[in-house]
Amino acid sequence: MLLEVCDLDAGYGQTQILHGVSIRVDEREIVTIIGPNGSGKSTLLKAITGVVRPTAGRVVFGSDSIAGLSPDRIVRKGISYVPQTENVFPSLTIQENLEMGAFLRRDLGRERLPRIYEMFPDLVSKRGDRASRLSGGQRQMLALARALMLDPTLLLLDEPSAGLAPMMVDGVFDKIAEINQTGVAILIVEQKARRSLQQSHRGYVLATGQTRLEDTGERLLANPEVRRLYLGG
Amino acid sequence: MATLKQVARWVPSHWGAGHLVLAGFLALLVLAVSPVIKLDLVVNGLFLGAIIGLGAIGLSLVYGILKFAHIGHGDFMTLGAYFALFLLSDLFPRIGLTGAGLGPFTFGYPLLLALPLAMLAMAVVAIALDLGIYRRLRRRGVNPVVLAMASLGVAIALRGVVQIFWGGGTEQYPRVSKLFYRLPMDVRIPPDNLFVGGLTVVLVVALYLFLTRSKMGKAMRATSDNPDLARVSGINTEHILWWTWAIGGALAATAGVLLAVSQAQLVPIMGWRLLIPLFAAVILGGIGNPFGALVGGLIIGVTSEISTQWLNPSYKPAMAFLVMIIMLLFRPRGLFGAKD
Repeated sequence: MLLEVCDLDAGYGQTQILHGVSIRVDEREIVTIIGPNGSGKSTLLKAITGVVRPTAGRVVFGSDSIAGLSPDRIVRKGISYVPQTENVFPSLTIQENLEMGAFLRRDLGRERLPRIYEMFPDLVSKRGDRASRLSGGQRQMLALARALMLDPTLLLLDEPSAGLAPMMVDGVFDKIAEINQTGVAILIVEQKARRSLQQSHRGYVLATGQTRLEDTGERLLANPEVRRLYLGG
Repeated sequence: MATLKQVARWVPSHWGAGHLVLAGFLALLVLAVSPVIKLDLVVNGLFLGAIIGLGAIGLSLVYGILKFAHIGHGDFMTLGAYFALFLLSDLFPRIGLTGAGLGPFTFGYPLLLALPLAMLAMAVVAIALDLGIYRRLRRRGVNPVVLAMASLGVAIALRGVVQIFWGGGTEQYPRVSKLFYRLPMDVRIPPDNLFVGGLTVVLVVALYLFLTRSKMGKAMRATSDNPDLARVSGINTEHILWWTWAIGGALAATAGVLLAVSQAQLVPIMGWRLLIPLFAAVILGGIGNPFGALVGGLIIGVTSEISTQWLNPSYKPAMAFLVMIIMLLFRPRGLFGAKD
């Protein structure tokens, strides 16, 4: 098991959002968490990365307990996170965005850069441009590329398809599959989950801050109740 | 206001900052060679503008990273200038370091030693104030207005410290009088202003290289862009804050010392008086854009100098205020501000 979240409570200030959430991600797996708006999906990712401090429960990554660590220490352990919005540095160039992805390990960053450009060939010709000049799809690719700079073992993606044109969505999910092929486990949070579940090994349904269902991607897609409630019939 | 808005329509909306600055400088050039404006005021306004710019760069950096208006910045300048005074007229003479009138300048080589020490001292003071005051407030999650008000308290307290040690009177660095350079068209430049201009260029180039070439500088820009993403990228944003305060404090100290040199006097209120020009420069350049702040400073400096041709010099801050208001009316994001 790569990541295990056990009975996790978390929230903002006095507002508790997660009430005892438990999930796990195995090595090289793609796992999708679906659920309605406000179910706590994004908060779960933020609690795993240390942006939001968990108030109770365990988060174990590999063999280390990481609940309550600061984001930079969690990143160092091999978890990278791509937020849903504002996931690039707009006034920095493409190249500088990637360098920031490797802030903790400059040496590793230098080594990874050619490999990352190979994976995201569209970024090469734009390396000197500011990220604010990229289109929505390109920006999402840059966000993925930045997150891969430290060669993570687990990648957390918050709604990677949000706000993208349908054609771009396919591109992003193809890229996610490609990243997974290189051995990176991926935990995706999605509201429009059909596309994501199709290529996931397993999935969870999260509602009102609790884990409601766990199954393989295929069976969640076939489950009539899940279809009715979360996949739009 | 209706008429002002009509005027605003004359400015093509697709004009970028470059166009505006260029148009401004061309207009200025035309005016300056015509008998309407004395070229002397324009040139010396640039030097005053450089000093304002140095202060404003730090203020803009602090705003970009910490997202609050640091009202104590003017008094950072004051304290920096007085710290140099302490070195020049108290500590250095005791160890035999004295002198004035180095080359063409009014000051002596001890100032070249006192300046970096004052920069260092203000960097430390700025970080200490953050640890002692601003960080506590941040951790309580207060809003930016509370932080700004706390920094108003810091401003008053710092001025109080200056007055406790040096009293409320006028002080001076050790100096000897020097003749002004006389250039064509009645331009007279105090030699010290060459030092002001030269040092400003050096510091701005150094800052530019730091922000665009060094890992820490890039991380500072990244944090200013998006602090949350910076944190999940593994950037320790606390360290970034320290760097920001250190640079802001050091530049404020430089501006303070240069102000004391070029005005040939120190008064406890010298930095506070410059606060409105500082903010005007920051807004003019686009909040959070350090190089915009420098250009803003130059514009404010020149405008307020030129105004003395017709107005009493005590209206200089009012001119800065006027420029700031016009900017906010026509282009609230500033000359180089992001378009969002």
